This record gives sequence, structure tokens and C-alpha cells, in this order.
Amino acid sequence: MSENLLEVSGLQKHFPITKGLFKRQVGAVRAVDGIDLQVRAGETLGLVGESGCGKSTTGRLFSRILEPTGGKIIFEGQDISHKSVSQMRPLRRDVQMIFQDPYSSLNPRHTVGSIVAAPLQIQNIPTPQGTKKAVQELLELVGLNPEHYNRYPHEFSGGQRQRIGIARALALRPKMIIADEPVSALDVSIQAQVVNLLDDLQREFDLTYVFIAHDLSVVRHISDRVAVMYLGKVVEIADRVDLYKNPRHPYTVALMSAVPVPDPARRDRAQRERVLLTGDVPSPINPPSGCRFRTRCWKAQDICATEEPPLVVRAQDPDSHLTACHFPVVDDELVAGRRPAATPA
Amino acid sequence: MSIGSATPRPYLEVKDLTVRFETDDGIVQAVSESSFSLEKGQTLGIVGESGSGKSVTSLAVLGLHRTRSNAKVSGEIWLDDQELVTAGDEDVRLLRGGKMAMIFQDPLSAMHPYFTVGSQIVEAYRVHHPGVNKKAARERAIDMLARVGIPQPERRFNDYAHQFSGGMRQRAMIAMALVNDPSLLIADEPTTALDVTVQAQILDLIRDLQEEFGSAVIMITHDLGVVAELADEVLVMYGGKIIEKGPALDVFQSPQHPYTWGLLGSMPRLDREIRDRLTPVKGSPPSLINLPSGCAFHPRCPYAGRNGDRSFTEVPELRGDRHKVACHLPAEDRTTIFQQDVLPNL
Repeated sequence: MSENLLEVSGLQKHFPITKGLFKRQVGAVRAVDGIDLQVRAGETLGLVGESGCGKSTTGRLFSRILEPTGGKIIFEGQDISHKSVSQMRPLRRDVQMIFQDPYSSLNPRHTVGSIVAAPLQIQNIPTPQGTKKAVQELLELVGLNPEHYNRYPHEFSGGQRQRIGIARALALRPKMIIADEPVSALDVSIQAQVVNLLDDLQREFDLTYVFIAHDLSVVRHISDRVAVMYLGKVVEIADRVDLYKNPRHPYTVALMSAVPVPDPARRDRAQRERVLLTGDVPSPINPPSGCRFRTRCWKAQDICATEEPPLVVRAQDPDSHLTACHFPVVDDELVAGRRPAATPA
Repeated sequence: MSIGSATPRPYLEVKDLTVRFETDDGIVQAVSESSFSLEKGQTLGIVGESGSGKSVTSLAVLGLHRTRSNAKVSGEIWLDDQELVTAGDEDVRLLRGGKMAMIFQDPLSAMHPYFTVGSQIVEAYRVHHPGVNKKAARERAIDMLARVGIPQPERRFNDYAHQFSGGMRQRAMIAMALVNDPSLLIADEPTTALDVTVQAQILDLIRDLQEEFGSAVIMITHDLGVVAELADEVLVMYGGKIIEKGPALDVFQSPQHPYTWGLLGSMPRLDREIRDRLTPVKGSPPSLINLPSGCAFHPRCPYAGRNGDRSFTEVPELRGDRHKVACHLPAEDRTTIFQQDVLPNL
């Protein structure tokens, strides 16, 4: 449980912005800008953050769909940061992805059978009872009717298509699956079915998940550890219970307080405790100096603009709980950004 | 209730609204016999999954089906003592954007990319205030942009929609919807495309503006959390029908319909302990062309057929006092099932 399947250090991905005829580089979108993370074998690591925080890019770097601009990616002790496509191919068996949009991630001209069989063929995996049988087993595993082998993606509903994507990811029996917002495009009741399916498959095949999502409740449900990202950085990481009980980074506090709670009886309390962030996320092309959250943070002081806070364990926290903040929120702290108890009429 | 002048009609009253679309594949029964009402200053939440008829209901209120020749709308819609289903196109056009306005899910496609955000708000204002000159309309638009929390409204007035961030764009659209002080505001998934922190800002804004203007608000969403934040009354829709309806507190604390139980069981919640497993509804939503017989929910209902086969043959009526439900299960059974099987898993 404790050995690291994947380790990244100082991971960076900058997308160049070019201009003019000669594509002169005039800047870069610093999508991921220095991340250290470990993914332990058998665990589910949740990555949360708002759009543009770099969580999807991080997932794509983990699976080496993207090549990092800087830093290292170590998978099972092997440095895979700059391996070529052909060098990566044997490793692709071990790391697979599930995508957000079940409509654009399946080729509409291919049957479900050929979509799910594709990884087996590319990797030349022997299928003793024939490819068709192997694919049908996979379809059954994810709760689809194996007789639908010859159907096309458009004949399936959103939830079923997501199951096809999961079957394809499972075909190679990978060690790790990176799921990028796998349930956010689905209806509530279907979302829960897919979450339960992912749970069952993890247990059955000893899978390691990296679960990327913006929905904090789903992430809490499925993850063992959760990393919160903001503007290309991890600002806090902890075991799920600890993170949701004692969030330390002001951004984590704000993010959690913003989640609407399905209980009208708690409405007033939820509103009172809500930390309303003002403004928008700054541009990753030109992120703020020092702590990137300082422009929206109610606790920011001078040091936040000059010095970047390191991601470290705080005195009162367990070793697994790391926070990158100069002034982390302590227990029972009255958060200054909260709205006054009585809303003026 | 609506006969005679002794009991005044509610501000918005929808009676037996039915919307059907004729398509090549058959008739899509998008909304069937839905009735509800809403007073000024109140918020009605409509919850349901895709294809449950929640958006179609709101579009019918706005009369946006009129231009579609294949849509058949029947029933009555009364807004401020004016009937809208039979009203002339011109009458409805005058109400739309004036007395009733809508906030759409995707502000980027709801706004015109070629015109500045400011000019679109000005246009919306001047259509309904023909006597107002350009300068006054511009001031009004800037005032509205400031009101919804857009910094430097004079400068942003001249920006295009693509120059706004998602949250700002949604604010601008709210400004456009509110520019004529509508007394009925329909918000169709207004925060679905937004991040949680921005969602909290927008919900807060809608709440504050409602307090200020006293409008009636219809909030359409699939997110039960959002409904719980804002709504006074809740409608749960399934297969084009209202299957549960009541005060928000009642619907969330003692939900009556097995589908509502399923929706609540499907959501992991931050205000509860972590559950081992979610308890979703099995199967997937029905096709509106070929709705299941009897109770449309029966193929997915774990309790169907418990009391004979009425579920399969007979459409349940929406019954009850303030908290109504359309289910064949007797009330006592529902209470026991909810207490014993459902509540422990929520």
C-alpha cells in the first residue's frame, strides 16, 4: 500500500504562446508549474481544483500523453519523463486513461467491439479464446450487454458510453487508471452507478486511480488522498478525512464552503459560513508573484507577495497533510472572509 | 381555486401544461399535464435529469415554442392574470424580456459574439422602453453591470462576450435579463458551467437581486444542492411529469417518491459521513417517445409491483396536501421504507 507507483518531482508543463510568421515565442501558459506528488500503489489520489488550475494537464503528464517541460516522472522506478512514443508503448499497458466526454472520446465510425479490442491489437495481446470473447467479457465486466458488441457508440446513452470507455481502459489490465472528470458529464443517478463501478473494479483488479474532478463531494467519496490545485501548483494534500475536516489552505477552505449542501434546513448556516472569493482566477500566463492565491486571499500579507510558501507539514497536522501557505487556517478560526451573520436587508 | 374573484390567481399559474413534439420517430411527450404556481418573491426549484421535461416547461412559459411548428402546447399558463398559451405572438413578445426573462446555461452561446455586451443590454432595454434615448439606456446598462458585480462597468460595457470570463459572462447575462425589472425570472441551469466558487457568487447574486426586486424565480437544475440553497418550493420531474412537489424543507427531509430517494442516494454529500457505497437508481431515464406504461418510473423502481400490478398499468396521480407525490405506494409504506431502507443510506 505504501510503495509509490508513480512519483513526480518539480513537474512543469508550459505551453508556448507564439506570434507572427516565424512563431516567435512571446510567452507561455504555465499550466503545471512545479508539482511534487506521489501516487501509491492501490490508492486513489483525487486531484481537485477549478477550471484552468492544471489538473487535467497533470493527468496527461502522468500518463505521458504530454511531455513535461521540466521535472521528472518516475513510474515504477523508471524515469519516463522524456521517453519517445515507441519507448513508451510497452508502458502504456500499465497506465490507461478514462476521459470526461463519452461523446468525443469514442470513434463514431467504429463498433464498440473494435473500440474495446483496439488496445489488445495494438499491444499484440494474445487472446486465447479469440478477441471477440475477450471483449465480450470486458463489456460484461462493466455492466454492458455483451451482445451489443456490434453496435456503434451513438446507440448508447451517456452512461453506457462511459462504461465503454472504462472497458477500453481495462482491456490491458493496467496498474493505474487516470480518470479525467469521468462522471461530470453524466446525470446524477448515472454518475453514482459509474462511481460504484469504478469502486468495484478497483477492488477486483487492485487498480490505482488518479481521479481528476472539480466536484469535491465525488472526490471525497472516491479518494484515499486528495490534492488541491490552484494555478498550476498543489496548495494542499492530505488524507481525505483529514483534508475535509481540517482544511488548512485558505483556498481549500473557500472551495469547500462553496459546495451547496442538499439540505434546506442548513441553508442559513451554510451561507453564514461561506467564504466568498472575489474576482477570478488570475491568468496562468502571468501568475502572481509569491503565493499565487494571494490576490484572492483574505489572509494575505506582505510576505505572500515576495516569498512562495513551500508545501510542508504544519505543526498540528499528521505527516500526510501538507500545506503551501504562510498563514494556514487553524482549528476553529473565525474566517474573516465570511459574510456577516445577519445579512443586511 | 381560480374560479371567481374571491381567491386571487397566483402570480404565475400553470395548469395541465402539455408539450408534445412531432418528430419522424414518433411523438415526443416532453411535458404531460404539469400544474404548478408561483408567487412574487418566491423561488420554485425544478429538479430532474436530462430529458425529464424541466427545460421544456420553462421554455413553454416563455412561449419560445411558438416558432417551432412541430411543437404542440396545450393547457393554461397565467402570468399576472394574462393567459399565455392562447395569447397572440405579439403579446407574448412584449412580455418576453420585459415582464419575464430568462438566464440560460451557456452565456457564450446566448450572447451574440459580434456585438459588445453593453450594446446587447442596451438593445434589450430599448426594445421594451421605446421612448428612452441611447444615452439613458447606456447609463441603465452600466448601472446593471455594476449591480451584478462587474468591476469597471464603463470599460467592460464595450467588451465582447469572449473577453469576459465564464463567471463574468454569466453576470452580464443576469444583468441583461434583469434590465427591464422582470417580475418572473427563469434560470435554466445558470451555474452548471461554472466552478463552485463562482457558482456560490452567482447564487448569492440571484438571491440578493430577488430580495431587491421581489421577482418570482424559477430555478431549473439537476443539482439538488443548488435547489436546497435557493428554493422555497421544489418540483421533481421524471419522464415529463411532476412526480413530487412540495415545500423545499419537506421534500428534502421526508422525500416521498422512490425516484427522489434515488436522486438523494446518488449524491455523495459533504455534510454527511463518508459512505461506503452510493445507492443510485438502477437503469437509465426513459425515452420520451415511448414512455413505459403505468408509472413511468416502474422499470427502475425497486418497489414496483409491491401492491399488485397497478404500477404497470395505471398512471399514478399527483396527490397530497401541500407536499404532493405521484406514487402508487400507500403513504404508510412509503414512510416505513424511507425510514428503514432509504434514510440510513443517505
